[in-house]
Amino acid sequence: MSNDFTARNIPDRLTTHGQRTLKSWETLLVIIAVMVFVVNALSSPYFLNPWNLSDATFNFTEKAMIAFAMAMLIVSGEIDLSVAAIVALASTAMGFMMQAGFGTPILVATGLTVGVLCGAFNGVLVTRLGLPSIVVTIGTMSLFRGISYIVLGDKAYTGYPSDFAFFGQGYVWWVISFELVLFVIFALIYAVILHKTNLGRAVYAIGNNPIGAKFSGIRVERIKFILFLLTGLMSGVAAVCLTSRLGSTRPSIAFGWELEIVTMVVLGGVNILGGSGTIPGVVLAALIMGMVTFGFGLLNVPGIVMSIFIGLLLIAVIALPRLWSMARASRARRKA
Amino acid sequence: MIKQFIKSREALLVLAILILLGLISSRFSGFIAPRNMASVFQDTSILIMLALGQMVVILTRCIDLSVASNLALTGMVVGLINVAAPGLPVPVLLLVAMSLGAFLGAINGILVWKVDIPPIVVTLGTLTVYRGIIFLISDGAWINAHEMSASFKAFPRYELLGQPVLSWMAVASIILFYLLVVRTPLGRAFYAVGGNPHAAVYTGINVGFTRFMAFVIAGAISGVCGYLWVSRYAVAYVDIAGGFELEVVAACVIGGISIAGGIGTIGGAVLGALFLGIIKNALPVVDISPFWQLAISGSAIIIAVAVNARSERKKGRIILKKAEHA
Repeated sequence: MSNDFTARNIPDRLTTHGQRTLKSWETLLVIIAVMVFVVNALSSPYFLNPWNLSDATFNFTEKAMIAFAMAMLIVSGEIDLSVAAIVALASTAMGFMMQAGFGTPILVATGLTVGVLCGAFNGVLVTRLGLPSIVVTIGTMSLFRGISYIVLGDKAYTGYPSDFAFFGQGYVWWVISFELVLFVIFALIYAVILHKTNLGRAVYAIGNNPIGAKFSGIRVERIKFILFLLTGLMSGVAAVCLTSRLGSTRPSIAFGWELEIVTMVVLGGVNILGGSGTIPGVVLAALIMGMVTFGFGLLNVPGIVMSIFIGLLLIAVIALPRLWSMARASRARRKA
Repeated sequence: MIKQFIKSREALLVLAILILLGLISSRFSGFIAPRNMASVFQDTSILIMLALGQMVVILTRCIDLSVASNLALTGMVVGLINVAAPGLPVPVLLLVAMSLGAFLGAINGILVWKVDIPPIVVTLGTLTVYRGIIFLISDGAWINAHEMSASFKAFPRYELLGQPVLSWMAVASIILFYLLVVRTPLGRAFYAVGGNPHAAVYTGINVGFTRFMAFVIAGAISGVCGYLWVSRYAVAYVDIAGGFELEVVAACVIGGISIAGGIGTIGGAVLGALFLGIIKNALPVVDISPFWQLAISGSAIIIAVAVNARSERKKGRIILKKAEHA
């Protein structure tokens, strides 16, 4: 690639904003989302029912809330595979407090606090001890869920107070659920943080070149620590919603979510190696995954077949652009 | 040589295992009886073999999260073949399992090598796809013990010199992998590619191809383990070995194989797997609920990676710290 700067490779004019938007990952996702929507609407008469669509949002809202924080973490070059285990531990802690007789406000506070503490634990291990986050969080994933298993074994917590049910089952207006509102609010908050604040710019800088970022005066360790805290907090939020929606806690709650959330983030155009990605992309990926799951569900396709589709989608959306650019490069080489 | 060993990670791990065994035998002395240790080894054989395969992948700075799905898929295919053609001898099935496993590994390898997708993304994708395919080919049904032929089930249990074939296969794998990484150009290339990919290119190593081979080898051994798993537990269904990929990675990490590539030994991988195997087998006999296992292995991973990081810390970072203080 070292001869990219020879004269013939310099473009005559810069690409315009419109052209860049057209060619962007997000545009591709919008097209896929529209296609999925149309195919679903054509193949099942039940798809366009507002209540059905509202139900469909529960497929992704909780996971997507975690995915926003995870997206920032991955942009910064780290990863957290323990998120689903944090959900399990936070949910177990809430169940424990519920059995001790505490009311809804304390339960919510417990869930969020446990989430933040777990995030802090990951953060300390990664930023203070300088350990690779992928291994640390594989370890804490077993540890956090393991604690849930120690507390609960093969039992379950049930009998949450009735006003606790609002977070996962309540509707704000007509078909608009509380979770959907929360999803939109967090999407806006994270989009502003990542795209409009100094913290967001610093996250990109860290992801592209951590050493360079450090020498430009960015407190790399502290920012990474904050990102782990946020991911823990969002896992706590998701734990509150999920526990409220299911009305019970088992140690296997949210099992396998970490992979679905990472898929959502990567599908959203975030580079798994860090340095690039957007929140709107993640929102679109969440919508696509939710609609695919829901549409297949209406057609009686078993969940595991949907997961094949999600897996293929994950590989295809990353492979196709690369294959395309490789093909273009080889054509250009032949011409030259 | 001895001095070197005492300072090594493996020595530390041997020490940890000895302490662990000491603690267990203080509660239940029968655990360290040779006969029981042999059965623990047999129970850990599959984990050891998978950890060896995972090790060569991690050495090249990649990771293979699809090994458990690969195992389950080949196990199901071999099971279905056995149901359809009970007369087919086991060596043929082993060959089929190994080739199919290698093929599934090659798919990972091609995507990493030719399309240049990060390995964690590739194998995250194939992890779900391979497991989904099991559902498609089996229609969600189980293959139960009574549907399998007697020779199919008997092979891993067949005793040779007092030990079951399953244990011998693990021993054979350890020897083969040792020869592979220590005595062959490909094995040395694994280390070179993981240690410094750019330098590896300049020494004439094809980095992409080396990674591809690592995935093929990991896939092949997962395939063999697929047959062993299904025949040992005499059942095949969609969810067998679910989540086992993380236990395999855990065994490697505990064994001192650096996730950053280029560092790790066969002995480490085997000891890491044995460490997890001993904990798993010891919990019931020392009267601790098996529900503790997950939390214990999680803590073991965190401690192991912290210890590894201490010895691997790069000298280059000191400059930065000085700059920070200035």
